[in-house]
Amino acid sequence: MTNSIGEIIDADAIFITGSNTTESHPVIGAKVKQAINRGAKLIVADPREIELAKDADVFLQIKPGTSIALSNGMAHVILEEGIEDKEYIKANTEEFDKFAKKVKDYTPEKVAEICGVAAEDIRKAARIYGEASKASILYCMGITQHHNGTETVMSLSNLALMTGNLGKESTGLNPLRGQNNVQGACDMGALPNVLTGYQSVVNPEVIEKFEKAWNVKLSSKPGLTIPEAMHGASHGDIKMLYIFGENPMVSDPDTNHVRKALSKTFLVVQDIFLTETAELADVVLPAASFAEKEGTFVNTERRVQRVRKAVEAPGEAKPDWVILMELMNVLGYGKKYHNTEEIFNEIREVTPQYAGITYERIAEVGIQWPCPTEDHPGTKVLHVGKPARGAGLFKAVDYIPSSEENKEEYPYILTTGRNLYQYHTTTMTGKTDGINEKAGECYIEINPSLAEALNIKEGEIVKVTSPRGEIKTKARVSEIVGEKVVFIPFHYAEGANILTNGEELDQYVKIPGLKVTGVNIEKLA
Amino acid sequence: MITLKINGLEVEAEEGSTILEAATKVGVKIPTFCHDPRLVPHGSCRICVVELEGGRNLPTACTTPVAEGMNIQTESKEVVETRREILDLILANHPLDCLTCEKSGRCTLQDLCFKYDVKETTHRGAKKCHPIDESNPFYYSDQNKCILCGKCVYVCSQLQGTNAIGFAERGFPTHIATPFNEGLAHSTCVSCGNCVSVCPVGALMPKSKEKFRYWETRTVRTTCSYCGVGCQMDLVVKENSVVGIDPVMAVPNDGLLCVKGKFAFNFINHPNRLKKPLVRKEGKLVEATWEEAYQVIADQINEIKTKDGADAIAGFSSARALTEENYLMQKLMRAVVGTNNVDHCARL
Amino acid sequence: MKSIQELEQACQRGLEKINIRLNSVDEKHIDKSDEDKKHKEKNHVMVCGGTGCTSSGCQKIIGKLDEELKKHQLTEEIKVIKTGCFGLCEAGPIIITHPDGTFYSRVNPEDIEKIVENHLIEGNIVKDLLYKGAIKQDEIKPFHEVDFYKKQKRVALRNCGAIDPENIYEYIALDGYKALAKVLTEMTPEGVIDEMKRSGLRGRGGGGFPAGLKWDFTAKAKGDQKYVACNADEGDPGAFMDRSVLEGDPHAVIEAMAIAAYAVGSDMGYVYIRAEYPIAVSRLQIAIDQAREIGLLGKDILGTGFNFDLEIRLGAGAFVCGEETALINSIEGKRGMPRPRPPFPAHKGIWNKPTLLNNVETYANVPQIILKGADWFANMGTEKSKGTKVFALGGKINNTGLVEIAMGTTLKEVIYDIGGGIPNGKKFKAVQTGGPSGGCIPANYLETPIDYDNLISLGSMMGSGGMIVMDEDNCMVDIARFFLDFTVEESCGKCTPCREGTKRMLEILERIADGEGELSDLDKLQSMAKTIKSASLCGLGQTAPNPVLSTLHYFRHEYEAHVKDKKCPAGVCQALLQYMVIPELCKKCGICAKKCPTSCIDGVKGKEVYVIRQEDCVKCGACMAACPFKAIKKG
Repeated sequence: MTNSIGEIIDADAIFITGSNTTESHPVIGAKVKQAINRGAKLIVADPREIELAKDADVFLQIKPGTSIALSNGMAHVILEEGIEDKEYIKANTEEFDKFAKKVKDYTPEKVAEICGVAAEDIRKAARIYGEASKASILYCMGITQHHNGTETVMSLSNLALMTGNLGKESTGLNPLRGQNNVQGACDMGALPNVLTGYQSVVNPEVIEKFEKAWNVKLSSKPGLTIPEAMHGASHGDIKMLYIFGENPMVSDPDTNHVRKALSKTFLVVQDIFLTETAELADVVLPAASFAEKEGTFVNTERRVQRVRKAVEAPGEAKPDWVILMELMNVLGYGKKYHNTEEIFNEIREVTPQYAGITYERIAEVGIQWPCPTEDHPGTKVLHVGKPARGAGLFKAVDYIPSSEENKEEYPYILTTGRNLYQYHTTTMTGKTDGINEKAGECYIEINPSLAEALNIKEGEIVKVTSPRGEIKTKARVSEIVGEKVVFIPFHYAEGANILTNGEELDQYVKIPGLKVTGVNIEKLA
Repeated sequence: MITLKINGLEVEAEEGSTILEAATKVGVKIPTFCHDPRLVPHGSCRICVVELEGGRNLPTACTTPVAEGMNIQTESKEVVETRREILDLILANHPLDCLTCEKSGRCTLQDLCFKYDVKETTHRGAKKCHPIDESNPFYYSDQNKCILCGKCVYVCSQLQGTNAIGFAERGFPTHIATPFNEGLAHSTCVSCGNCVSVCPVGALMPKSKEKFRYWETRTVRTTCSYCGVGCQMDLVVKENSVVGIDPVMAVPNDGLLCVKGKFAFNFINHPNRLKKPLVRKEGKLVEATWEEAYQVIADQINEIKTKDGADAIAGFSSARALTEENYLMQKLMRAVVGTNNVDHCARL
Repeated sequence: MKSIQELEQACQRGLEKINIRLNSVDEKHIDKSDEDKKHKEKNHVMVCGGTGCTSSGCQKIIGKLDEELKKHQLTEEIKVIKTGCFGLCEAGPIIITHPDGTFYSRVNPEDIEKIVENHLIEGNIVKDLLYKGAIKQDEIKPFHEVDFYKKQKRVALRNCGAIDPENIYEYIALDGYKALAKVLTEMTPEGVIDEMKRSGLRGRGGGGFPAGLKWDFTAKAKGDQKYVACNADEGDPGAFMDRSVLEGDPHAVIEAMAIAAYAVGSDMGYVYIRAEYPIAVSRLQIAIDQAREIGLLGKDILGTGFNFDLEIRLGAGAFVCGEETALINSIEGKRGMPRPRPPFPAHKGIWNKPTLLNNVETYANVPQIILKGADWFANMGTEKSKGTKVFALGGKINNTGLVEIAMGTTLKEVIYDIGGGIPNGKKFKAVQTGGPSGGCIPANYLETPIDYDNLISLGSMMGSGGMIVMDEDNCMVDIARFFLDFTVEESCGKCTPCREGTKRMLEILERIADGEGELSDLDKLQSMAKTIKSASLCGLGQTAPNPVLSTLHYFRHEYEAHVKDKKCPAGVCQALLQYMVIPELCKKCGICAKKCPTSCIDGVKGKEVYVIRQEDCVKCGACMAACPFKAIKKG
């Protein structure tokens, strides 16, 4: 997030898109509702009529995958009505003209056609966002998990730039990160192209710095992303996969393909339960849960927070860091750590954003990076004064439909997401009876008109197919989804990801287009 | 700044702050049931009454703003008598089952009766009699224990924005209910448990799997392991088990949690947890020692590195593990295995 | 209506139309000789259309009148006007004829033919239908000279009974909206507030807070939007002055609210009125619609640029919604529960905006204060309580109804001179003022001049103006129980002392009434009353113990009789009663035994004196009522 969670309640307008906030980030959802109680205006753009849609001043039930068109359409209206922040654009941005030219084509009427919403609602949304003095955008995987996810984010960034909603409190571009430490994992360089603090592996100075710090030779060849590694595994190029704290058999697209890939490699899985993925492993290492170790998580607002040990790990299970360290030692790298604080201090040495953060400083309240020195208070809002790269870069992007759309055999669009009760692949939440009572099994949401056309009744088991495979699941007939759109939560094994496409990836960051999958639905005989 | 006197002590307080805030600032404790700094002050329980020199009645500290020259007594004879009378009235309509009540040891009513020596009620007469609503899988509502402080209702409406519960009927029969008394399971309740966390008595209680007394427990402050909000929470620990979770009143969650954070902690002490390394032998995963497991992995790595190069090995790190562990994972892959093939599930 | 001139013209035209009524109502009337030439209208027949007379059948009377007048082809000469309440509800349905001011009471539809033919056609007043106080030794008095009206001073009620409340032009005829015109053209908002302050008008809803000060606070409060609200959620049992004003003179309230809006800087008002007042609601709505139609509400009123509009909000019958902050919650659509004060509504009222909130009667005084001046108003009343106050007389009194008196009139004058004293020759015991929040005042304080402070010093209060008279047959424990029962029912349940405490006090009173009381209960009542008064959140709780405290104070001996002797001196508390046959008077007829529903009277007809088996007696009193020889007593 460019901004902080606490700032949401003071926003004048909030634009939520591709995030079912009250279910996926319930506490942020509550903050949004507090903001509404204080008089904030709310725009919701989502293929599903999510809970917050009921509180929205404008709800745009867009077709999955059409966000770029919507952003461009809103930008069109903002320019047409002259409510852009001309001063900010002039002082802080680049390539505005190119962008302005691009969005000229995206008239509300044209966009209305693409997105399946009313042109007047697009205008209304644009006015609310454009006229607010503090407008915040909250988004999530509904924006990013597309074949053009990066460009979709850029289209939102254009909106923030053109209205000057960046670098001030209660504004910004705020991705809501789905997992407790996805921010920390990224910050730590658990990514194929960067080391800690987003230091590029192709930068020789960076490599040199880390070689010195770690006292080893390092590769400067960018590595493979998960989807690419999966591919590599299925084609025999990747011989060994070491998976820790992940369950790709449920979370990754095209489960059949994942199974094939995992079966072909030497597979090590390090986890707290024998997950669907661990069942395929050659070696399984028992790890400690978050309640059994000391350390830090970094939340979606870049706040480094403490995790503390409350109980002993069961049996011989060990904290992941101990396992990883011992394995390093076995492999001949002799570095020993006595606790996570020692590791954290090493991180601080090689990561400028973390340099000023110490365990002592975050004992009570976490600190938001960047925090370069120990007397720095941390950073609530990014891009204050000027965008971090110097000038905010407008990106003229076009709406391009996914290849999953408009297939005769698969006429319906499947979109995926979470529900309130389960978390990710249910490995942890599924151990609580109440959770399973509320949301214990997979289902598919189908619009009543489609259900009627297919003669499907509430609660009936239906067959859903895609080129990747087929599943049988329970129908929930509900107006929450549009007529030709269906929704399946991705939590459940043998569920949504049997159907999704693992091939069509975003060109920049290789994210799969999980939110748009062409499917067919059949009534079982 | 405003100057006033609290118990004879000259105190400075910010304009617009309440007597309660001014007192708390200088360490004078005033008891409360219904106060919560996050809510619009509503002054329901009246236990925080204080004596204000020249005042007609006893104002409530939680709602009364400070004014220049105020002279406040927080434990005068009249204040104490009034508090005792209020406690007496509450007790008259409250089951005295502290011996078996799960809230015992953490109950504000119990604490205040102890403080003000209210052993039993002096009243006799009608008592409320409501069926316990056990329809929600995570917590139950026992209206017989409710003292109607209203915090649950206001947390649900003002902070959580769910409006699942409200006040039903009025006067003596007032109670907290879902619309049309249909029960929590049939309401808009999202089981966030934020009402449970603020209940000062045993009216809203988690359905606990394990029997425990609060004095047997300790709390450990930590960060929630579910979504990316990073809610701060206290794990309630009895011996080697996590038996409950409470939200912490700090950024970023300001005392709120969701159903997962509050209630879905069973996995920690779950019997199905992995307890020993497993190595596949003859197609089956069998228990092994750590040394054995490490050796199998190390041998594989070394073999592949020699045969196919380090880039034939890939590691998936974990967005659910510690920052430090993610650091070590990528360090393992880069510095020890020798490849940049490390990624995690940020995209999924 | 775009200008002051137009308003004045309308006033003049209206006055001509209603002039026929004025010689008996107002000092100001146009020279009669001129008038007769202009109009051929001979009589105005005013029929009370208030809630009381509506339920006793005024609608049928009006129908009958129309029918008769049509029959005699008099519809041009004689007009029938349905008015608001005349006040003397006990004597309803009421008809007053103009120009003579003849006062008919308890009129039946069958009487109409006589009134039309004898009186209106022939000119002979139908004496046997006259109100009994309007005829003394054949001397017929016009209505305003009967005792009931003579000692009254009608300011808030001045138009009630005098005009057709559904015709804005009748209100305008009697200087209606002139006060608004005056403030809009001649006065600054500060000037209006100053006038209000100088008048000394205090809130008529119960609290008695100086109205001008409230206006001042609201005017000075910062806010982009302010509201003016009227509390018409009259909930005290037996009080109906606000209903009467809205039924009889709704424009007075609308005009006053517009004046208030001008003074405090608001452009939007709400009238919060109980849904149980359908006639008042409908007349108020008609009045709002009419005012809007001719431009006295809405934008650019009278061409002055001032904007003000008004909406009705219906209450669902919770007594506590008469408390200002609960009322505000209710207007906002929330549960009617009081909020802590401060912040006061003047700073944070409806939707947290500065809000001026006065009750109906308070507003009804405002146009007169503006027109006649603060000094005129302040000349009436006592030092600290200016003007007049409307009381709803009820209980053991002859003239049940609504009276408006100058402050400072004594309780005795109200009860005896205006109210006509206690019926059936019974002895006065106490008068209860202030509704369920008030207290009972015994006989030795009857000479007390009525004002806010005197009533409080007697342990009672003005309240909204309920005045319930009790005689020797009333048990004061029972009275306390009755009022407390009301507040227990109506407590919103928010704060502990009121919700739990009043219930426990009621339970104690019930035990005392059941003969199960202990002497320590009296101390307990006292100490609980103290806590509830000092620690409750709102006025409802803070005053709820008053009926108990005042009766304990003045009538402790009655409590003690219940507790110590297990007797109810007034013979009201059933559990403490015994019905007994007086052997000397018993004629052994057996009628009592026949009437007894539980067959607990034994005896042999004609042979043995009858005896009541006390253990089976349910104390229904049927035997006593049935005994032809008064041989059964209770005690």
